[in-house]
Amino acid sequence: MSFYSAGASFRGRRRLTAIGTARNIVRIRMITAVSAGLHMVTETTSATDKIRCDACPVMCYIKPGAAGACDRYANHDGKLVRVDPHVILERTVEHGGKLVPFSRTEDWDGKIVHEPSTFVTAIGAGTTYPDYKPAPFIVSAEVDGVDMVTVVTEGIFSYCGIKVKIDTDRYLGPETATVRAQGEAVGHVTTSEYGSQMLSLGGVHHLTGGSKKEGRVTCDTLMDLANCKAVELTIDGGASVVVQAGQPPIVNGMKEERMRVGCGSATIGMFAKQWHGKVDEVVVVDDHITGVLSEHQAGKLLDIADTGIKMKGRRSTPGRYFQVADPGTGWGGTNISDPLSILGPFDKKEAKAGLTMLMVSTTGEHSSYYVLDEALKPVETEMPADLKFSVERIQENCEPALCTVLFMAGAGGSLRAGVTDNPVRLTRSVKDALTRVTSGGAPVYVWPGGGITYMVDVTQMPAGAFGYVPTPALVAPIEFTMKLSDYAALGGHMDYVKPLSEVQNGEDVRQLPWQNPIPGPRA
Amino acid sequence: MTRLPQIALLSDGRRLHLQDGPIDLIIEARGRADAVRAAYEAAARRFTGLLDELCAELPELRAAAEARTSLKGVVARRMHAAVAPFAADGFITPMAAVAGSVAEEILGAMLGAARLDQAYVNNGGDIALHLGKGEHFSIGLVDRPDRDGVMRALRVDADDPVRGVATSGCHGRSFSLGIADAVTVLAATASQADAAATIIANAVDLPGHPAIVRTPANELQPDSDLGARPVTREVGELSRAEIATALESGAERARQLFDRGLIEGAVLQLSGDMVVVGPKDIERQGARPRQLENAVHA
Repeated sequence: MSFYSAGASFRGRRRLTAIGTARNIVRIRMITAVSAGLHMVTETTSATDKIRCDACPVMCYIKPGAAGACDRYANHDGKLVRVDPHVILERTVEHGGKLVPFSRTEDWDGKIVHEPSTFVTAIGAGTTYPDYKPAPFIVSAEVDGVDMVTVVTEGIFSYCGIKVKIDTDRYLGPETATVRAQGEAVGHVTTSEYGSQMLSLGGVHHLTGGSKKEGRVTCDTLMDLANCKAVELTIDGGASVVVQAGQPPIVNGMKEERMRVGCGSATIGMFAKQWHGKVDEVVVVDDHITGVLSEHQAGKLLDIADTGIKMKGRRSTPGRYFQVADPGTGWGGTNISDPLSILGPFDKKEAKAGLTMLMVSTTGEHSSYYVLDEALKPVETEMPADLKFSVERIQENCEPALCTVLFMAGAGGSLRAGVTDNPVRLTRSVKDALTRVTSGGAPVYVWPGGGITYMVDVTQMPAGAFGYVPTPALVAPIEFTMKLSDYAALGGHMDYVKPLSEVQNGEDVRQLPWQNPIPGPRA
Repeated sequence: MTRLPQIALLSDGRRLHLQDGPIDLIIEARGRADAVRAAYEAAARRFTGLLDELCAELPELRAAAEARTSLKGVVARRMHAAVAPFAADGFITPMAAVAGSVAEEILGAMLGAARLDQAYVNNGGDIALHLGKGEHFSIGLVDRPDRDGVMRALRVDADDPVRGVATSGCHGRSFSLGIADAVTVLAATASQADAAATIIANAVDLPGHPAIVRTPANELQPDSDLGARPVTREVGELSRAEIATALESGAERARQLFDRGLIEGAVLQLSGDMVVVGPKDIERQGARPRQLENAVHA
C-alpha cells in the first residue's frame, strides 16, 4: 500500500488534506498481552490425566506439568493454561507498549492494522478494519464560533467499483460484453449514454468472487483509474481502449478528439438551414440514427426536394435510419470507411445528373462531397468552401471527448461504526443533510436509499488518494463533517476528537488549496 | 469463531510477528516502503490457515519418511522433499523440516508479492533468507543467550548459495536424539537446513554414556513423531576427549552432507567447544579464540 490520504473540510470554506505514509505517523499494535497472570483457556479432562489442547489444530496431548508443542499452553494440575502472557507482557512493557486485555472474543482478523487508541495523532494514515474501533482521525475545528467536527477514515471497500464514461460514438463492444485488463475480467460494457460509451468496472464479484489474479488485476485497475492513471482495457468482441480520467480515450490506438454533436438525425435538424440552398442532399452517418436531409422533417419544412437517395438500414421515421452498417470505429461509430457503402442505387425517377451530396459523420471528423454523374453514380469531388465551413461548424460544436471516472462505493456498517457508536444514526444524519460526506475533500453524490453509497469524480481528489488492501479491496478516503453537537448527538467517539491545531502541526501534512466544491469537470 | 493467527508489527515498527499455535515467525523485509508493506501483507495472508493445512496431514507428517509420499500440501511436500535424502539412512519424519519449510513458504509468498532488497523469515531459529544483488546478511551465533554478545558472526552474501539457516539441538523446543547444544547449518534452502541440522545434531552423540539422561519422546509429548525413541533430556559432565568425540561424530555426518551437496556449511557446538564444517569464509568470521577450535580439530 503506497499512500494513505485523508482530508477534512470545514463548512466548505477551508480544506485540509494530508497524505503521508502510514509508518511515520502511526503507532503499531503491540502483541496482545494478558494483564493478569495466567489465563485459562479451556479445560479438558481425560482418564490418563494428560489433556488435549484445543487452542490450535495441532491438538497436542499434554501431560501434567508439560507444555504443548507451542510452549504457550500447558497442563497445570489437569487444567490447560496459557503460559506465555508474562513474557509478552514484559516485552510489551519494556518497549513502552500499551497493554490490551487478552480476550478470546477479540480475535485478530488476520490484517495488519494499527492500534487506533494510540494513533489518533496528526493526520491521516491508517484504516481501522474491522471498523468497530474509532476512525483514526477525528478532528474538530471552530469556524465562525461553531464547532465543526470531521471524522476522517479510510474506508476499505470491497463493494466498490468505477463507472467510466467514454465520450465516443465508436463501437467499443456489445452491451454486457466483458471488459478485461491484462486479460482478466474486470467489468463489463453497460448501457450507453448520450454520445458516450459506459463501462462498469470492479465490484465485489470481480474483486473477490473470481480467481486470485482476477481480484488482484481488478484491484490494480480500479486503483490506477481512481488515481487518474492510464489503463488499457480490452472488450470482448470489441475494441481496445486506453482510459484515463480527464483525458481523451484512445480507441484501438486512435485518440478520440471530440464527442458527436448529436445523433445523425439531430445533426440534420441543427444544420438543415445552413445547408439549405448549398447542397441537394446531406447524409449524416451515425451508428445510432443516420439522418437524410431530403427525407427528414427538417428538410421537408425547408421544401427540400426529393433526391431519389436509397439508404440501407432500417427506416425509423422519415429521414432517420437505424443500422445502416455494423458498429465499428469508422464513420460515425459505424464500421464503414467508404460512406457510399450505406447507399443503394439512386432512384432513376427522382435523381438527376449533377445532383450534389454531402456525407458527414456526427463529429465532422469524416466528410465527403459527391456529384452524381450521368449514370447517377456519386463521384467524389472537391468540397465547396461553404460546405467545408458547415463541416467545421459541426466539429466546433462537438465537445472534447474525455474519459470520466467516477468511483462508487458504499460505506458499510463497520466503517460507519468507526465514526459513531450507533452507525445508522450516521446514515440518517447524512440523509438529513446534517452531515456532509466528502471523499478526499471532494464533493460526492450520495445515493438515496439505504446505506451511504456515494460516487465521486476522481479528478477532484488529491493525487494518490487511493490505496488497497490485499483482500483485495480498495482503500479510499471518506470524511464526515458535522457540527460537534450533532456529532455528540449521534453517538460520536468524543474522546477521540482532536483540535485542528494538533492536526496542522503534524509532520506529514500537506496543505492543498480548497477547490470549488461544485461537482463538474475540472479544467 | 475461526481461529486466526496473531499478526502484529513488533515495537520497532519494522519487523512483523506472526504466531499461530506452535509456529512463531519474526520477519523483516527491506526495500521500498510499499514493497515491504505488500510483502508483509502477503506473509500474513499466506500464514493464515497454514497451520490448518499442515494439521490436515499431521499423521503422515509424523510418520517415518519414505522415498515416495502421498502428501498433498505444498509445505508438507517441501518438508518431505527436505528429509527424503536422509530417509534411507534411518528414521526421520517430515516434521524434522517443518520450521524451515514454513519459513520458506512465507518468504516465497512475500517475494511473490513484492520486489525486496532483502528479507528473512525466522521461524524459531530456522531462517529463510532473501538477498537481492549486492546485499548480505550477518548472522550471529550466540552460545549464551542470557548474556550479551555474539560468539560468532556468519556473513551470507548474495553470491553465496546459502538461503537457509537452521539450528537444532537438545535444548530447543523440538527433541533431539543427540547431545549437541546447537548445530547451525547453512543450506540452499531453509527446509534443507532444518532437516540437515536435525540429522547432524542427532549425530553429535555418545551412545550409552552414563552421564546422558534420555527419555522416550512419547513420555514427554504423548503424540511426538519420535514415538518411544529416547530423546536427550540432560547432559552431565563430559571430558574434553568425549566432547571432541561427540562433535567429531557430528562433524563427520556434516561432511557427508556437505559432500552430497545437501548443506553449505555447519557449526557444531557442545559444552563450550565448537567445530566448523564448510568453506573457509565461514571459518574466518567471528571472534572466538582460535585455539579452542584447534583443540576441537585436534
